[in-house]
Amino acid sequence: MTELTDLTIAQARDLLRNRKISAAELAEAHVAAVEGARALNAFVEETPQSARAMAKAADARLANGTAGPLEGIPLGVKDLFCTRDVRTTAASRILENFVPTYESTVTSNLWRDGAVMLGKLNNDEFAMGSSNETSFFGPVVSPWRRKGSNQDIVPGGSSGGSAAAVAARLCLGATGTDTGGSIRQPAAYSGIVGIKPTYGRCSRWGIVAFASSLDQAGPFARTVTDAAILLRSMAGHDPKDTTSVDRAVPDYEAAVGRSIKGMKVGIPKEYRVDGMGADVEALWQRGADWLKESGAEIVAVSLPHTRYALPAYYIVAPAEASSNLARYDGVRYGLREPGRDVIDMYEHTRAAGFGKEVRRRIMIGTYVLSAGYYDAYYLRAQKVRTLIKRDFEQCFAQGVAAILTPTTPSAAFAVGEKSSADPVEMYLNDVFTVTVNMAGLPGLSVPGGLDASGLPLGLQLIGQPFEEETLFALASVIERAAGAFTPEPWWSASGQA
Amino acid sequence: MDAAAKSKLIKGSTGDWEIVIGMEVHAQVTSQAKLFSGASTAFGGEPNAHVSLIDAAMPGMLPVINEECVAQAVRTGLGLKAQINLRSVFDRKNYFYPDLPQGYQISQYKSPVVGEGEVVVDLPEETIRVGIERLHLEQDAGKSLHDRHPTMSFVDLNRSGVALMEIVSKPDLRSPEDAKAYVMKLRSILRYLGTCDGDMEKGNLRADVNVSVRKPGAPLGTRCEIKNVNSIRFIGQAIEHEARRQIEIIEDGGAIEQETRLFDPVRGETRSMRSKEEAHDYRYFPDPDLLPLELAPEFVEALRTSLPELPDEKKHRFVADYALSGYDADVLVAERESAEFFEAVVCGGASRRDAKTAANWVINELFGRLNKEGREIGASPVGAEQLGIILDLLAEGTISGKIAKDVFEIVWNEGGDPRAIVEARGLKQVTDTGEIERAVDAIIAANPDKAEQAKTKPAVVGWFVGQVIKSSGGKANPQAVNTLLRQKLGV
Repeated sequence: MTELTDLTIAQARDLLRNRKISAAELAEAHVAAVEGARALNAFVEETPQSARAMAKAADARLANGTAGPLEGIPLGVKDLFCTRDVRTTAASRILENFVPTYESTVTSNLWRDGAVMLGKLNNDEFAMGSSNETSFFGPVVSPWRRKGSNQDIVPGGSSGGSAAAVAARLCLGATGTDTGGSIRQPAAYSGIVGIKPTYGRCSRWGIVAFASSLDQAGPFARTVTDAAILLRSMAGHDPKDTTSVDRAVPDYEAAVGRSIKGMKVGIPKEYRVDGMGADVEALWQRGADWLKESGAEIVAVSLPHTRYALPAYYIVAPAEASSNLARYDGVRYGLREPGRDVIDMYEHTRAAGFGKEVRRRIMIGTYVLSAGYYDAYYLRAQKVRTLIKRDFEQCFAQGVAAILTPTTPSAAFAVGEKSSADPVEMYLNDVFTVTVNMAGLPGLSVPGGLDASGLPLGLQLIGQPFEEETLFALASVIERAAGAFTPEPWWSASGQA
Repeated sequence: MDAAAKSKLIKGSTGDWEIVIGMEVHAQVTSQAKLFSGASTAFGGEPNAHVSLIDAAMPGMLPVINEECVAQAVRTGLGLKAQINLRSVFDRKNYFYPDLPQGYQISQYKSPVVGEGEVVVDLPEETIRVGIERLHLEQDAGKSLHDRHPTMSFVDLNRSGVALMEIVSKPDLRSPEDAKAYVMKLRSILRYLGTCDGDMEKGNLRADVNVSVRKPGAPLGTRCEIKNVNSIRFIGQAIEHEARRQIEIIEDGGAIEQETRLFDPVRGETRSMRSKEEAHDYRYFPDPDLLPLELAPEFVEALRTSLPELPDEKKHRFVADYALSGYDADVLVAERESAEFFEAVVCGGASRRDAKTAANWVINELFGRLNKEGREIGASPVGAEQLGIILDLLAEGTISGKIAKDVFEIVWNEGGDPRAIVEARGLKQVTDTGEIERAVDAIIAANPDKAEQAKTKPAVVGWFVGQVIKSSGGKANPQAVNTLLRQKLGV
């Protein structure tokens, strides 16, 4: 038998149901893996006690036949999801000691279905970042390294802890949030599967908000099937989030392996950007070929407003963030730095509590919403957003079932490599992913191969609203063709390899 | 300019000035729960007893619109004869303040739920029609308490998130009296609709008053906004003071600066709160947590058909059906309870009672007595049925007008059935001419000189009538006394 931590969710589920393994031993193996991987800095809070307690309860349910779909599956939770009685920080100093009295809807759904929580995962502060370097708790280190190099690589962001933990086999799956690519980009950088479902598919209730009109929760997993299993539990209508959609959640797992014969897959010419690596370009072609070989029809499509998506995104997202983060004012909870008067207290608190990137985005957001600038920036960006949405709609109206693009223009970079650069260079990581959030569409990243240096590359599939099943069907074809990618466990003291 | 408009002008040293007033009335929506959370809206309670996670703006919390608050806003819009917008949008108004937990107020900025409407205000000299610009829904803020600790302020979030309707008028008001009458009329409509209790003492109805002055016929002057005035009387005082302040400045060669001012009721004056330069930039933008508010036409129609009769319609009906004067009708319909009481008196008997008599009794006797004791009509010790029976006794000639007032007094103090009281206490009017005749004879015999006078001065007959009635303990029928006296005195 393989290592317990190497199991997929589907495999573990079967072994648990057949009582071949217990939830307790599965949890124990993962608790040990988490402890052994602190060098990655993937977790900001380990919760071994609750993991053991939840596993014990899962074993009882497995024994008495009341097991849920995720019974005994150990997961990690991005620290943007509020978890009752477990510190929730958004990786920010301003919430360093914040312990919610409530549980987010998405994590409640997971626990309802029997999943076991291993702890809270590191991320970019308030999900603002593409490398997990803006976290107050320090950067996450990718389990991946370039061939023959000891240099630390970023796992991507903002859900960097989630991606690293799943890739390093610290948990079987993890939750993430995606506002401009924060699930798909780290999934691609870490050689795993990540899906951002359609806006409204998962409840946002209890998730620390970054940009409300773009934020969406989704799962990380090592296989397409596992991602499908997790999404089914996470998704669903929530009366507490009026932007969540009241629509039945399909059995996504059943879509994995479904025929893609005759499916039209679009290749958008506008995604062939300057600076795209040859490896990425080749992979994109390979992905198209794999789909074609399985019966899909590959068509060239045009998304003419793509080039405006990134600038528009970096207006809309900071605008919403500047307002969403106003509640962190030192009055009711979180950090408070004293001051002469209340204004002084606000200034001290927010200056000390927010990191540089968060402060930058609050300033941008405040600026673009200001009287006299609103029309030129915010309103215009919203118009661009409408045009981007229309681009996709026109494409889908021509019978295109999904669009295939690279997830990122290149593979992951080294920790520190881009942190001193122009922030815009960092923002360019999101060039292929932000359009999907702007249009509210589902987007999935599936590993496609390794670049010349041995780092993973991902392919992105973009679907029609609420057609996640199509994405799972297409992704499973790519997954079958490309195979799985596993990093060498250099971080582990016991050297599990 | 007509006489009524002319009479509103204020005299300055350089001539007459016209005041131009527009109002933004904030009315707390009557509802069990807050606008976007399930927390209670009950007044009072320990500080922070009615606060949900949403009201405290905890991380990850999302607003969910309370449909009853929307229905109340639509009812109000219909009551103001206003356009109902089937699509409206909630925006965020961003500013920092300790009693504003989210760091923004959810309000409706560009697309309010209710558009243009009208309020008809009857003044003693004229009727004015005040345009309504819009009505929108928004959240109330919490309360900062600065007097509980030497160096800290406390925050009470009980009101945080309670639904308010902001009702914005056009600048159609021209005097403090206009403004006061408008607010009273608006309050009356809201109370009829049951959408706001109008309790100004609790702050459930308060007004921001925009005041400017100009020479008659000139373009609009620069306005100042007086914030949060919380009584009808203060609204009048604030406008009066503000208009005179502005006139004085302009006549002294100065200019009015657009600013926000506060009314100090103790000193009876307004003072500057913040200038235009200090005005906040609220960075309004559509709240991405809330979808646009879409109303089904059937929803609006259902509310329209279930509206109660409003003061204007009721007044017209009272004038038409009961032949009341416009004034009496106004007084009766100002409060729904008063109007209902009046109608219960008129229509509560075996046959319809005389409406004018009923109106007189309700307005003069009942309201007079209620005002004296500071009671609401709902707490009147004399019920409509009891008053109706008193009027029946009066109409039947069983008791005289004077006795009727006595009976009213007895019922007020002791309660009971007026008919039984009259019976038990022997208050029935005496119509037995023999008994009256004896009394008349006795009075004439006792006052021979006055009897002589009566022959030349008929007014003296009245004195005799009074004496006879008095001697009967008020029970003698005045009509019978009068007839007999005239016979006996030979006039």
